[in-house]
Formats: sequence, structure tokens, C-alpha cells
Amino acid sequence: MEWLSESLQHDFMRRVLVGGALIGFTNGFLGAFVVLRRLALMADSLSHSLLPGLALGVMLFGLAPAGLFVGALVAALFVALGAQLLARSSRLKEDTALGILYTVAFSLGVVMISFVKVRVSLMHYLFGNILALSNTDLWLAYVISLVVVPLLAALQRPLLLTLFDPTVALSQGIRVNALNLILMLCLVLTMIASLQAVGVILLLGLLIAPAATIYLLCDSYPAMLWGGGFLGMFGSCVGLLIADRFDLPSGACIVLVLGACFFLAYLFSPRYGLIRRWRRPRHFHEESLARWQSEHHHD
Amino acid sequence: MSAMHSHQLTVSDLTVSYDRIPALHHLSFRVDCGRCVGLLGPNGAGKSTLLKSLAGLLPMETGAISFHGHAVTGATQDFAYLPQREQIDWDFPTTVRGLVEMGRFLRLGWWRTFRDEDRVAVDEAIAAMKLTELAHRQISALSGGQQQRAFLARALAQQAHVFLLDEPFTGLDKPTQDSLKLLLRGLRDDGKLIIASHHDLGSVPELFDEVLLLNGELIAAGPVAETFTPEHIAKAYSTRVFARLEHGMAV
Repeated sequence: MEWLSESLQHDFMRRVLVGGALIGFTNGFLGAFVVLRRLALMADSLSHSLLPGLALGVMLFGLAPAGLFVGALVAALFVALGAQLLARSSRLKEDTALGILYTVAFSLGVVMISFVKVRVSLMHYLFGNILALSNTDLWLAYVISLVVVPLLAALQRPLLLTLFDPTVALSQGIRVNALNLILMLCLVLTMIASLQAVGVILLLGLLIAPAATIYLLCDSYPAMLWGGGFLGMFGSCVGLLIADRFDLPSGACIVLVLGACFFLAYLFSPRYGLIRRWRRPRHFHEESLARWQSEHHHD
Repeated sequence: MSAMHSHQLTVSDLTVSYDRIPALHHLSFRVDCGRCVGLLGPNGAGKSTLLKSLAGLLPMETGAISFHGHAVTGATQDFAYLPQREQIDWDFPTTVRGLVEMGRFLRLGWWRTFRDEDRVAVDEAIAAMKLTELAHRQISALSGGQQQRAFLARALAQQAHVFLLDEPFTGLDKPTQDSLKLLLRGLRDDGKLIIASHHDLGSVPELFDEVLLLNGELIAAGPVAETFTPEHIAKAYSTRVFARLEHGMAV
């Protein structure tokens, strides 16, 4: 425990932990929507396509955060909209279109970064590097978190109706397309805020692991949002402390902590865990089991 | 006469197309509230299309829909559309009660918390559909009939007047079908209008008061005794109004 109090004495580490907590909460909260809307592939594509945007930002504006921000935003939107365009204008389905576009974009990013004259390490962008967390990055994380979380919390009712059944939501006069667009924008903004801490490749883990864990534990939508947020916060902070202590890449540590939580829930969840499933009687509905037993008593 | 007419759903000259291929052609009919109406016709006849256009999900190419004497344009709370079972993600993290509470959301708006009247409405809807004991179950831990009732309860909590059901009796065993029939009759006796697509012709007389026979266009509409006749059935199921276009149709 000594190293913990030692880490916390550093002003830098305290700042990093606050940033990590915010980013973790925002990702965990948003992750609930991604899991329920089955947007994991879309989210993965968006995060990978941030890379060419970053490279372009570096080429044009150097390492200025504003340039990186704009570049990443443009690249992600380009891939998201491009995939829809590709799917609508051909017989391809959207997952294939996304898969092609984002791997091409990612490769382009890798090639571009190797041409960049400024000294940037590809590894930092791919797997995260907390030591590079600047004040501007922190401010960006504050602002984005304070926009994304309240916005999604305010929209949680129409979002719930849309996630549960978009057709019925539409028939109730909900603007489903607008909500989907807002969700996408929140996704890209949150990813940009999380880039420094977890990196392009591991973003998805921080985003969906908390919500997936809570999904295995309960049957409540609000619990998924807020529980996902708190679990993401916990995982980020613990992961960052471990990364700092053992000098490891921060993104990998965060995702490993969250992954451990997920597998614990997968095995031991009182309701939906693997062990519970093994112990469960073979008839799924208690009712049908009861009926079956009573019929056999009559015989 | 006019008072009677106001408790009606009127559809006049309705045409709905997918990619400019019409699925419903100049449809006109009129039904009174307090009826169970069966929507019949072969596959691709436009049954789902009609339900969806009544729910405001599809743009009308021509024509108009009016309810209680007012034109219906787009989505309205008076209409509740109940989707087919396959359309639902049954693993969604919600209980029966959570599902029924969704019916109140549009009345509450974004922020307002549940008031007593909302709680009462939810309780009553759950009780009317005989789900009180099951209210805390996750929705996948229900039988098929119970799942139908949970969605009907949501429509009740929404205080809908027109219930649009897509194949509600499909996949239900006989006892479950009977209990759903009785619940729908109860709603009908409260003055609700039930419109359900259906494909098992044998059970039509016991389930419905009126039928709408469709095949791209309206073949016949009216009370079961007068309308559900061999001639009309043969006409609905044999004529192929859009035979040439069938390959391109989305339904």
C-alpha cells in the first residue's frame, strides 16, 4: 500500500487519476448504449479510423491538440458516413462496408505516421500513454465528459425506447434518426477524449467491458448506465495505478482490469453467470417445470 | 349519425409503396371502435404494410387516415403498434414492469418523475393483463402468451385507443390463444379498436367480429358473417394483383 500513497503524492499522478476517472465513467456510461444497440463493430471502426485523422492533424498542425481533435473527428465521421453510403449504393451489407473502410483508413494512418517528420511514436497512439497526458488533454476530457454524460442522461427515456424497439419508437413519434446521430457524435467525442489514456486499438475495451459486465449482473436499464459508468471509473483508476507502478502501457492495464471484472461476472453472476446456468434445472421456465411435475403426480 | 361516425377509424384512398412499387393500392374502409378486426390475405398482400401505415411508420403516397373525426398524420399516442415477436430483443435488461412503464414515457417527457397517476396506470395495465405476479420478471423469462400480454399492457398504460397487432396469435398453443382472445375481447368491450393481422383462416370466426380481406387492394371488408365468405376468400387468395412485381417486393 506504500506505493499507492506514494503515487498519490505526485501532483501529476493525481491529475492523471482524475482524468482517468472521468474518461472511465463517460466510456462506461456510453457503453451501455453501444452494447444494447449492438454497435460494437461500429465503435471499433470509429476508434480505428481516428488514426489517419491524428496523422493528418500532426502533418498539418503539428502536435497541437486542436488539430488532432479536428483531424480525428473528420476521419471518424468520414468512415461512419462512408460505410452507410457504400452499403446503400451497392449490395454490400453495412458490417462488410465498415470493415473495409476502417481497415483501409487504419492502414493509411499507419503509413502516414511513418512519414510524419514530427517525432511521434505509433505505439503511443495505438496503446495509450498516460505520461503524455497534457493539461489540454485533461481539459478536453473534462469538457467532453461534461457534455456527453448529461446529454445522454437527459435523453435516456427516448434512447431507451429507441434501443428497445426502433420501430415502435418511431410509431410513437420519437426522432430515431436524430437520436442515432447524437449517439454517434457522443461516441466519437468520447473516443477522442480517451485517446491518450487507452489508445486507438484498446478504446473499445474501455467502452464496452463495463456495460457488458453489468449486463450480466442485472435486468435494469438505469443500472446499466450508471453501474457501467462507475465500473469504468473504477477500472480506469486501478489500471492507471498499476501502469504507473510497473511502468506498463496504461491502456492495456485498464482493459485487463475491466476484462478481469467481466470474466468474474461471466462466471459468478447470480442471475446470468455460467455456474448459475449449470445449476439451473433443465426446464427454463419454473412454471412449465411445475406443470410437468404436477402432471406426473396425477399419472 | 355524426356522433356515431366520430367513433370510427376511416381510411380513404390509401396507397403505400416501397421503392415506388405499391404494396397497397387505393385502399378505403371504415371501422367502428369496439371491434376486433382481422386482417387477412396471402403473404405479400400488404397486411403488415397496412398496420405500419396506420402506426405512422410508412409515408402515405395517396389518401388519408382519420380517427374520431380528426386526420391522423404521422405518429400518435392513440395508436399502439405491437411488433412481431422476432423483432424484439428478449434479453433486453427490463422487467415486465419496466416494459409497461415505457408506455408512460411520452406523457412524462424527458425529465418528469413518475407521479401517482402514472403508477396507478401501470399497476392497472399490469393487472388487466393478469401479469401482477410476474411483474418483476425479466421479459425473456415469460411464455409466449405472457410476452404478448406484457406488450398489450404497455399499450394500455399508453392509453391507446387503437391496438395494431402483427400476427399476435402465431406460435401460441390453443389455451394461450383462448386467453389472449378473451383479453382482446375485454379491450374491445371497453371501446378499443383491435386490428390484428392473421393467417389461420380456420380460427377467424371465433377470434374476430369483422374482417378486412386484402390482396394489394381491398377485396372485402365487413362483419365476419357477411364478409368472410368462400367467394371473398377465394378472390383474396387466388387473384394476384401484383404478381408481376412480386419479386421486387419488400414484404
